[in-house]
Amino acid sequence: MNEAYIFDAIRSPRGKGKQGGALHEVKPVRLLSTLLNALKDRHQIPTQEVDDVLIGCVSPVGEQGADIAKTALLFAGWDDQVPGTQLNRFCASGLEAVNLAAMKIRSGWEHLVIAGGVESMSRVPIGSDGGAMMFDPEVSSKVAYVPQGIGADLIATKEGYTRQMLDEYALLSQQRAANAWEKGYFQSSIIPILDRNGLLILDKDEHLRPETTLEGLGSLRAVFQQIGALGYDDLALQKYGEVERILHMHTAGNSSGIVDGAALVLIGSEQAGKTLNLKPKARIRAIANIGSEPTIMLEGPTPASKKALKIAGMEAQDIDLWEMNEAFAAPVLKFQNDLGIDIEKLNVNGGAIAMGHPLGATGAMLLGTVLDELERQDLNTGLITLCVGGGMGVTTIIERI
Amino acid sequence: MIKYQKDTSNIVTLTLDMENTRHNIINHEIGRSFLPVLAHLKRELKKGELEGVILTSSKNSFLIGGDLEYLSQAKEAKAVFSFVEKLKEVFRIIETLGVPFVAAINGTALGNGFELALATHYRIAIDKPDTIIGLPEVTLGMMPGGGGLVRLVWMLGIEKATPLLTEGKTLNAKEALAHGLIDELVSDRRDLVKRAKEWILNNRDIQQPWDRKGAKINGKGSKHPSVQRFLGLEATRISARTHRNFPAPLAILDTISEVGLLDFKSASRIESRYFTDLILGQVCKNLTSTFWFDFNTIKSGSSRPKGFGKFRPKRIGIIGSGLMGSGIGFISTLAGLEVVLKDVSIVIAERGKGIIEDLLNKHLIAGKIEEGDLQAALDRIITTESVKDFKDCDLVIEAVYENRQLKNQVTKETEKYIDNYCVFASNTSTIPISSLAKASVNPQNFVGLHFFAPVEKRNLVEIIKAENTSDETIARAFDFVKLIKKTPIVVGDQRGFYITRIAGAYIMEGMAILSEGQKASRIEHAGKQAGMKRGPLEMADDFGLNLIQDIFREMANDLGDDYTPLPGYNLLEKMVNEWERLGKHKKAGFYDYDALGTKTLWPDLTNLIEGDEVQLETKEIEDRLMFIQVIETIRCMEEGVVRTTADANVGSVLGWGFAAHKGGTLQFIQDYGKEKFLDRAKELENKYGNRFELNNPLNIF
Repeated sequence: MNEAYIFDAIRSPRGKGKQGGALHEVKPVRLLSTLLNALKDRHQIPTQEVDDVLIGCVSPVGEQGADIAKTALLFAGWDDQVPGTQLNRFCASGLEAVNLAAMKIRSGWEHLVIAGGVESMSRVPIGSDGGAMMFDPEVSSKVAYVPQGIGADLIATKEGYTRQMLDEYALLSQQRAANAWEKGYFQSSIIPILDRNGLLILDKDEHLRPETTLEGLGSLRAVFQQIGALGYDDLALQKYGEVERILHMHTAGNSSGIVDGAALVLIGSEQAGKTLNLKPKARIRAIANIGSEPTIMLEGPTPASKKALKIAGMEAQDIDLWEMNEAFAAPVLKFQNDLGIDIEKLNVNGGAIAMGHPLGATGAMLLGTVLDELERQDLNTGLITLCVGGGMGVTTIIERI
Repeated sequence: MIKYQKDTSNIVTLTLDMENTRHNIINHEIGRSFLPVLAHLKRELKKGELEGVILTSSKNSFLIGGDLEYLSQAKEAKAVFSFVEKLKEVFRIIETLGVPFVAAINGTALGNGFELALATHYRIAIDKPDTIIGLPEVTLGMMPGGGGLVRLVWMLGIEKATPLLTEGKTLNAKEALAHGLIDELVSDRRDLVKRAKEWILNNRDIQQPWDRKGAKINGKGSKHPSVQRFLGLEATRISARTHRNFPAPLAILDTISEVGLLDFKSASRIESRYFTDLILGQVCKNLTSTFWFDFNTIKSGSSRPKGFGKFRPKRIGIIGSGLMGSGIGFISTLAGLEVVLKDVSIVIAERGKGIIEDLLNKHLIAGKIEEGDLQAALDRIITTESVKDFKDCDLVIEAVYENRQLKNQVTKETEKYIDNYCVFASNTSTIPISSLAKASVNPQNFVGLHFFAPVEKRNLVEIIKAENTSDETIARAFDFVKLIKKTPIVVGDQRGFYITRIAGAYIMEGMAILSEGQKASRIEHAGKQAGMKRGPLEMADDFGLNLIQDIFREMANDLGDDYTPLPGYNLLEKMVNEWERLGKHKKAGFYDYDALGTKTLWPDLTNLIEGDEVQLETKEIEDRLMFIQVIETIRCMEEGVVRTTADANVGSVLGWGFAAHKGGTLQFIQDYGKEKFLDRAKELENKYGNRFELNNPLNIF
């Protein structure tokens, strides 16, 4: 069997995903091509050697529309021969790209694939692409669609998490992220975004609030209260009779931040590594996708990860470091609980609550983060997972070489 | 620098008045003196002693632009970016200070100067003929950097602002009002101040549209399907037209698109980044060097002999009322000169006057002149069949057929009736002036004036100094050319002078490449891709292949044994003698021409010329076509045919459509890099022969 190796993983810094955010003035296609060329330059890749480029993007319309992968390749000046495609598995798109790339390599039909994602949430806001799940009356009523935040609050209520617990987790994310930035843990994988003159636009995650306190977090408003009252709460509770009433506890402080960013992972076969003199950092041991109950929506990571562990022939205790996307605090705590994970091994350098969640790119970013941390601590195995819209989970297990 | 006056109703008038210069511009200095003034205004406002501010200028113009001296020297992105961001800050202070600012535009407001006006809350201009308004930065390879682009798009909307910005169109006061660049017109300076004050006292709500909460640009944003189509099509049009040789129009279009997507502040920053990129780019350096500095050098008279008073002709004579003669007549009467138009019969001369009338009518329709001007211009034209009517002329130009005997004859006839002080000019493109001057009794007054057809569109005139032409005659010819609003270059009297000689070199290289079996369409494409206005074969057709052949025949006669035909010459002979393809004038040359004037490459070319299986890279063809012109220009400099780099550069672009983005034939070397240029020239010489040889490689410009 052909192994799928990870040769490198890079990312852009994450800019605040709104007007005034540093990356607001940077087009998503430029963000992505900047990373493509940075990756090319880091490894002197003859671009025509790349078999495919898979790019996750969750709002693939407007300037992110019409296959942003191929668009960015052309804009970056890569060889015409390199194909590219955009894919969408909602919040896990970036990791989905990695997993598909791994499968391509393991099939033996391709040898060098770039996987990753891009999302400029400030320029193409979440929801820009519409979709039947949310906006078609027939469909949305049948699948009992509710906004993710309601699902997160429902998890918290159902599991008996308190607001304090969620905020404490959020604070931990902020502290860990601040610590990692301060100690330069991310440095080697961050590609600064420069303007067309070479002047710096952004080289650090912009969303961080290292000064965050528990009191500060506690004072924030629960954002899904109002939306829930429109009927979403009741709709959700039709499926969860055991809960009397949804307690709204997620705030802007203990949910992921809206940001702009991009990430890429270079994946290939042993043969590609030898031909192009690329040093494998890790191999992809297993991947898994799964669907879960769609209304609560955010509980997919547990079954997806169990499935992946089984495929890999591993137990939870075989995993040295875990990355579960901090879309909201509650699903992370639920995941931690489900798999009995030591908090010291989970999201050790903070996550999307502190640094933001650039939808299509996050999965690839998390993979890079855990890989860097495994190397730093000289550990071996890492598991990356994300909860996904529509009720899905995606997991990847990697192992250092 | 800035005069400060406050009236009893607490309205301050700031009058810009830069020392030792005819016009105000925006530079570091004026930026520095603005800041304390603005700080003072802020204090006045706090004390409740400020109602509004009028910005105006003490000069005849308002503000004509930016500091090109500084920008053309700029090398560091950081410095340019912070310069332009600072400029923006100053403009922001003006529009957000809290009192109405009115731009009292007393005359021309261009570039940075108009950007300043856009940052005020109201623009009043004096409606006078010499007022020009607009953002023409693109013509020098730049773009507005003071927020003018962003503001104009906000005010006019994407579709209206785009042509003004990407084409750099300038407008007169009335047009500016119609386009919405100006809010109000007045007739004189007194009204200007009066209306400005009235506006200030009656308008207290002075928040700019882009500073209002939730505001959107005028019209549809960049996400609107119709705007997306518009922007996509504009990008295509510009790329097609410029071969992507000019970065500025595309940078402008992309910034416009961002204005329609993002907030004012983000879009402004993008404007600064693109501005910086353009300023530091080589194309901008080439364009500024040639079309600003070289051009001004020429206009200031660097090639005009010194020590002669200004020539102010009143009446000129033109011999020959064909297209060329009438064209010269047209621009001369337009410049206010009396024109004696002579041909062999009064009927033919009247026909020439008819051509002039048609041209004047086109001008009238285009709004460049008014009804009264047209009649006056026609009244200044005297048609005649008699040379006697030249007796009061200050200058006579012969524009008869390119035939030595005929030209000699009219010279002799005319000189009987003109005084010893009258300049006699021959309009020839090929015959050496010194040889024509032999027919003259006053060779010191005899000069060549080489106009290009169509005269009303082509802005260059070659002044050819013959062996005995006096310096004074050159100076007078120079003044005349400037008077009729053409650009004069002074060239030496050798075969083809400058323009025809280099255009010929380009054409002949094209034929050489064609005769080697390269595909004609690829040669034409390579020429245009390299930035030439026309492909070499197209240009050959326009010129007339028989005329080109004549030049070489004469050259062969003159040179005798020293003559070696150029590699394309065999093909030229065949075209003319065997295949009877004489060019556009016969509707049959390298192209076929249909009744509508559409041209198609002559299909038989592929049968008649054996194709080479090995087709050269486009770049190779481009380099051959361009280097031959540059190297021939270097020879012209060495031989004194052209004397200044300014004449060479400006002449090349205006004369035969040399690649403007390269800044002309000699600026091409700076663009290419001198060392690299020498290496490449050597390579071409080794491959294709000594026509690419440089006599003094160490001595190039």
